Amino acid sequence: MAALCVLRAALCRAAPWGRRAASGGSVPQRIEEKRRAALLGGGQSRIDAQHRRGKLTARERILLLLDPDSFDEYDMFVEHRCSDFGMDSSKNKYPGDSVVTGRGRINGRLAYVFSQDFTVFGGSLSGAHAQKICKVMDQAAMVGAPVIGLNDSGGARIQEGVESLAGYADIFLRNVLCSGLVPQISLIMGPCAGGAVYSPALTDFTFMVKDTSYLFITGPDVVKSVTNEDVTQEQLGGAKTHTALSGVAHRAFENDVDALLNLREFFNYLPLSNRDPAPVCECYDPSDRLVPELDTIVPVESTKAYDMLDIIHAIIDEREFFEIMPSYARNIVVGFARMNGRTVGIVGNQPKVASGCLDINSSIKGARFVRFCDAFNIPLITFVDVPGFLPGTAQEYGGIIRHGAKLLFAFAEATVPKITVITRKAYGGAYDVMSSKHLRGDANYAWPTAEVAVMGAKGAVQIIFRGKETDAEAEYVDKFANPFPAAMRGFVDDIIQPSATRRRICHDLDVLASKTQSNPWKKHANIPLHSNTYLCKKSCSDPCSDSCSWICSPICLVFSLKTVERWPSFLISH
Amino acid sequence: MAAVLLLRCGARGGRRALRECETLCSRQCLKTSHKLYSAVYDPNEKTFEKLLIANRGEIACRVIKTCKKMGIKTVAIHSDVDANAVHVKMADEAVCVGPAPTSKSYLNMDAIMEVIKKTRAQAVHPGYGFLSENKEFARRLAAEGVTFIGPDTHAIQAMGDKIESKLLAKNAKVNTIPGFDGVVKDADEAVRIAREIGYPVMIKASAGGGGKGMRIAWDDEETREGFRFSSQEAASSFGDDRLLIEKFIDNPRHIEIQVLADKHGNALWLNERECSIQRRNQKVVEEAPSTFLDPETRRAMGEQAVALAKAVKYSSAGTVEFLVDSSKNFYFLEMNTRLQVEHPVTECITGLDLVQEMIRVAKGYPLRHKQADIPINGWAVECRVYAEDPYKSFGLPSIGKLSQYQEPLHVPSVRVDSGIEQGSDISIYYDPMISKLITYGSNRAEALRRMEEALDNYVIRGVTHNISLLREVIIHPRFVQGDISTKFLPEVYPDGFKGHQLTDRERRELLATAASLYVAEQLRSQRFLGTPRIPIAKSKRSSWELSVHLGDGIYPVAVSKDGSSFSVEVDGMKLNVTGEWNLASPLLSITIDGTQRTIQRLSRDASGKTSIQFLGTVYKLQVLTKTAAELSKYMPEKAAEDTSSILRSPMPGAVVAVSVKPGDMVSEGQEICVIEAMKMQNSMIAAKTGKVKAVHCKAGDTVGEGDLLVELE
Repeated sequence: MAALCVLRAALCRAAPWGRRAASGGSVPQRIEEKRRAALLGGGQSRIDAQHRRGKLTARERILLLLDPDSFDEYDMFVEHRCSDFGMDSSKNKYPGDSVVTGRGRINGRLAYVFSQDFTVFGGSLSGAHAQKICKVMDQAAMVGAPVIGLNDSGGARIQEGVESLAGYADIFLRNVLCSGLVPQISLIMGPCAGGAVYSPALTDFTFMVKDTSYLFITGPDVVKSVTNEDVTQEQLGGAKTHTALSGVAHRAFENDVDALLNLREFFNYLPLSNRDPAPVCECYDPSDRLVPELDTIVPVESTKAYDMLDIIHAIIDEREFFEIMPSYARNIVVGFARMNGRTVGIVGNQPKVASGCLDINSSIKGARFVRFCDAFNIPLITFVDVPGFLPGTAQEYGGIIRHGAKLLFAFAEATVPKITVITRKAYGGAYDVMSSKHLRGDANYAWPTAEVAVMGAKGAVQIIFRGKETDAEAEYVDKFANPFPAAMRGFVDDIIQPSATRRRICHDLDVLASKTQSNPWKKHANIPLHSNTYLCKKSCSDPCSDSCSWICSPICLVFSLKTVERWPSFLISH
Repeated sequence: MAAVLLLRCGARGGRRALRECETLCSRQCLKTSHKLYSAVYDPNEKTFEKLLIANRGEIACRVIKTCKKMGIKTVAIHSDVDANAVHVKMADEAVCVGPAPTSKSYLNMDAIMEVIKKTRAQAVHPGYGFLSENKEFARRLAAEGVTFIGPDTHAIQAMGDKIESKLLAKNAKVNTIPGFDGVVKDADEAVRIAREIGYPVMIKASAGGGGKGMRIAWDDEETREGFRFSSQEAASSFGDDRLLIEKFIDNPRHIEIQVLADKHGNALWLNERECSIQRRNQKVVEEAPSTFLDPETRRAMGEQAVALAKAVKYSSAGTVEFLVDSSKNFYFLEMNTRLQVEHPVTECITGLDLVQEMIRVAKGYPLRHKQADIPINGWAVECRVYAEDPYKSFGLPSIGKLSQYQEPLHVPSVRVDSGIEQGSDISIYYDPMISKLITYGSNRAEALRRMEEALDNYVIRGVTHNISLLREVIIHPRFVQGDISTKFLPEVYPDGFKGHQLTDRERRELLATAASLYVAEQLRSQRFLGTPRIPIAKSKRSSWELSVHLGDGIYPVAVSKDGSSFSVEVDGMKLNVTGEWNLASPLLSITIDGTQRTIQRLSRDASGKTSIQFLGTVYKLQVLTKTAAELSKYMPEKAAEDTSSILRSPMPGAVVAVSVKPGDMVSEGQEICVIEAMKMQNSMIAAKTGKVKAVHCKAGDTVGEGDLLVELE
């Protein structure tokens, strides 16, 4: 018996975290002890392992994300309640469990944060873990401040079974209820797999860290066993995959430090909630600055490409543009900027990529961004140079009709100030879609180079004079390859000199700051969502061969994660 | 003065407007007492009604300016990509003469002749380059009765031929490089000839072009050896026994004399220009006068230049180039029968408008000046600002759009000759020169000081430029002392140019600047306007512990805010940094412990990375809080790309030839492909021996800088 005591005491000294002597001690002592243990998370050796992986700990991340000394932590004393599989032994109890939650300030403004702690049970989600996250989300929704999630979790806490699944669902529900109420941002800083991926997917923005973060429904092992595909974690769900191919993530950053510092900068663009106006920063860039180089930026030949980013950079404050999804559907450019200090959302067709046409991916990318801006009172500035929707079987089979409709829906529904500048082509249905006057555009301008028409002159003449030799192309060009038809009908409010665009937009935004507009009462609108995401690169004969995506429950991810990390022994020991 | 005030307010719109109006009147009219021209424009003097400029860029603009002053209507020609160019906007009329390649536009004589007929231009100014020394063009103009602003065909032809020009020079008693060209019997005869010429001599096969097979002999023994090698080579490689033995000019300077002659037999020399700072035989920095010439040498050179001009019945402006050795012996090199790029320095010190004089002479007027009227007033320096990367063989072309461009016209006594503006494209089709930056002073030191200031105040964004090299040259002790030669750059930078090397003090200044800018930015990002629903917690922070990465070093820097200035501690030294902190302005004037510096912050990002142009050179820094810096040590090193197995294009250009295909074995140093950009062909070689895995380009492709060309296994 005495020997046992000695052994236990020795264990305590060797690893003081997460345990307390059975005999206890005074309450202040025990508080102090718990706090110290909580600050160490899963212990020094796991912290070192986390560092060796090139990752920071949950607390280090919070330290970088928030203003110095501004973090107020919640639930540091919460512990998991699982008693199966030896989880109730004191060595398996960690104060705070596997997530750090609380509130703090970013450049002085309030934010709620949860940061999953990979050093405690691989950051796996227990009932207590979920409960902590739900608590900050509830508070954030109540006071109206953004929620930032720093994800680094192996997935469900297997030992807790359905309790863990329930926890996910509780979070999902809150993600949905908070959507449109307060901005929600997810930063994936490690593995995020199985059911866990749906929380980031429900938030407004998902950012990733290159090389150290992964997002997937099932890991490479399960993929291999189900579909017999050989794929690495990086190929399956790395930052490159999700920012360039799948469009799941909005941006990727070099490493943890880079990501967190960028997140601070990004946060400054966002209002705290849907009850707040878009933030206005101190601005040194004169609002009436003329931009003479824009007068010649659109090439003389209408088939020649130019970079829409050149126009955007020249017009916005200090050329500072926070682009969203820069590597995905690059034929449309979206992102945040400031005009005279005020946050605006920029949407622009990119003539440099696929002539700036609208296709499935660019429509979805644009629509999601427009809806975010509308939900959070961020004025929209749209630069139009669109030759139309991309034709072809791949697009039609993929459902360009309903996906294109999403962008149309988003612009039509938006009640924030909407300013549109047609720089060159505005052809066909795409003209209507791109924040046209008809969709309640507040200020719609055309540059002298604008061409608003049903289609390009060549195609139009072929249809009008089908089968006949004609030189009517010149006539069509003369009639439609200019801004007059639209201006004469009032579909554009003015034809403006490109160099004056910044000045004009800044003035409009000042006036439109007091805009009020509402949509008819309804429970909610029915945006054409559809679940089928069939996007086939090759032509595929069976568009309905949807592979089973939900077959694999979150629990499956354990198999996949065996290879992800050197998994804490408790998870695989049973 | 107005410009300076506007600048201070940071009113970019205002500044822009001002720049516009300056463009319209004249960039030479400066806001100082000194006038760069004392030229008189007599409105009653009859001249051409309409003149066509067969050129583009800055020289076309330069000619148009004088034409405007003289009341001459101007016609610009342009290629399709130049439709929005500055010279097109400045001219009264503009006509497109073809697509981008010069052979189809600016060298397209048929098209240009057509435009001349259509626009009824009475005269043509060819500028420099293109058709300026093309006798066929001059002849066709003469046939149409159109005046060519330049010498007549005979002079162009005579001076265009190396051998004929040398003969003419000899006959006009102009010093030429002594030499012998013919069959040399034996080594003894070679020695005799060499002694006659005087050592050192250069020996090579006459048939060999350029410096190929050239040997330098400093004594009889070396001459014998040189004879043996060269005569063998002459016989075996060229089947032509003739040898060329010539005086070898060691460490020469390149000094040229500007001449001006009329059609009435009058000719003047307008002093010299020192053009020794060159890279790959292209001038980079020029000045007038030369520190090296004394009045006697100057007069001797001037008189010989005039003698040559008279010998060919030269009329118009021209330039006689000389090589000058260390003992001030000078030798005729060649005569350029056109307006030179570097003519502004001569205009600055003489007060003449050379373009005006050329037009007057072409119209048949006699010169208005006597040799005694030609002064040397003060000192002028010209830097050629190029869109090129000076870190790669002193300058490999770069292309791009000038996203921001602002000339340093608020600095006193600055003249900028340019043909571009904000938003212009520097394309692969033409010379990558951005502008000629000229400063003037009552003496050389003043002109150089102003040049330093002008270079610091020059905003060029969107393309890589050579400001760093120019600034280093003009502050280099050897240059300042006037100790220069055509080998200056390779001698001073034997391992290539690497940018400004910071002294300890300058490094501290740079670190303090970067840290102060970081803090200013941090403070600004907390200032939100309006009254938010949830109060913003105002930071009471007044001191910051930072860690700044610069090059391979990491420096702890402590910043504390003290009113509008910062107190910065670097390396245990306290520096006081004050500035306006208008973070939107491209130019930032910062005073560090009493030293005023104009710096440019080219970029910044959220992760603290920033590039700052400081003392002309762009430095990459990263400013992090101490906490972030400490945590950064856990961040994984990103594996650098193995550059030995991939070949990327070092510059934008066109692929001329690809000499390998996938599967080929290549050895290290073997040519893989040839890229041509802006008149230069560059051979790309394999960095290691191996098998070609993939070829990503083919002949005729246009490639951008950094594009992947070929991969090895």
